[in-house]
Amino acid sequence: MSAASASGNVIRKYLTVYFVLLAIFLLEVFLAFQHISIGVLVTLLLILAISSASLGLMYFMHLAQERRSLFLTLIPATIFVLLMMNMIWGDSVRLLHLRTIGQ
Amino acid sequence: MSESEAAVHGHGALMEESPYAIPSRKFTMWLFIISDAVTFGAFLMAYGYLRVGTPNWARPFESGSVINVILMTFVLITSSLTMLGAVDSAKAGDKSKAMRFLFSTMFLGALFAALHIREWFELFGRGITIGSGLFGQTFFTITGLHLLHVISGVIAMLVVAMKYSSGRLTPSHVETTGLYWHFVDLVWMFVVPLIYLTNIAR
Repeated sequence: MSAASASGNVIRKYLTVYFVLLAIFLLEVFLAFQHISIGVLVTLLLILAISSASLGLMYFMHLAQERRSLFLTLIPATIFVLLMMNMIWGDSVRLLHLRTIGQ
Repeated sequence: MSESEAAVHGHGALMEESPYAIPSRKFTMWLFIISDAVTFGAFLMAYGYLRVGTPNWARPFESGSVINVILMTFVLITSSLTMLGAVDSAKAGDKSKAMRFLFSTMFLGALFAALHIREWFELFGRGITIGSGLFGQTFFTITGLHLLHVISGVIAMLVVAMKYSSGRLTPSHVETTGLYWHFVDLVWMFVVPLIYLTNIAR
């Protein structure tokens, strides 16, 4: 493959990711104006945001082209820490209903 | 390797190959990005905690704000694309093209910041400030932290562009700056749905 055609493929790939990111964002805006419950809306928006972020990480930040050891060092640890932060939700719902701990 | 070979090749040749096969500055940037992602994650979780736990949460964003956010997001994602152009041109050795892309990225970053500040002043005009309740506190803290990253990124890019142009920095430095810029874009992809799109006035 010539350098020019390889460069053309790379540009095509970047443009594809760019338009997919814009499309995902516009889908998020569309969903925000639909009459759906806040819980479902947040879930859908988070799924779309994680999809966008994954595309950005893999193609714009070139994580897909790096050695797998880099991915395995960084990503599972980050996901683990972010998941650990989710322990707060039970307490926030308790706060909403103004119940004391243990009730 | 004998001592004479080490003298010729330097002691770096005696060291094991990096398990990541990337320069240390790039790996350091990745570690910074991860720590920053966790910081933003903690801020967004704190926002979520307060949002869920507060029955009468403010929903101040009307169609004008949403159009502004669409524009801001378009500008930021486009700036990521121009940053990719800068990195690829720098790697290909085309310095003038890389500089054009870098300045385009800086312009888009500055435009994003200007749109953001305009939106803040619009909210100030409606009485929503950092001191006006939980919404104001969380909104201005999170978007302010992101704006700080954007402004820092534009300044860092300007410094890198100048030094790269004069030959004191290499394409690898441009690539590392690009990683940071894409990360700023990535964070925005979470800020918009969680902070703006769930708080549209109905």
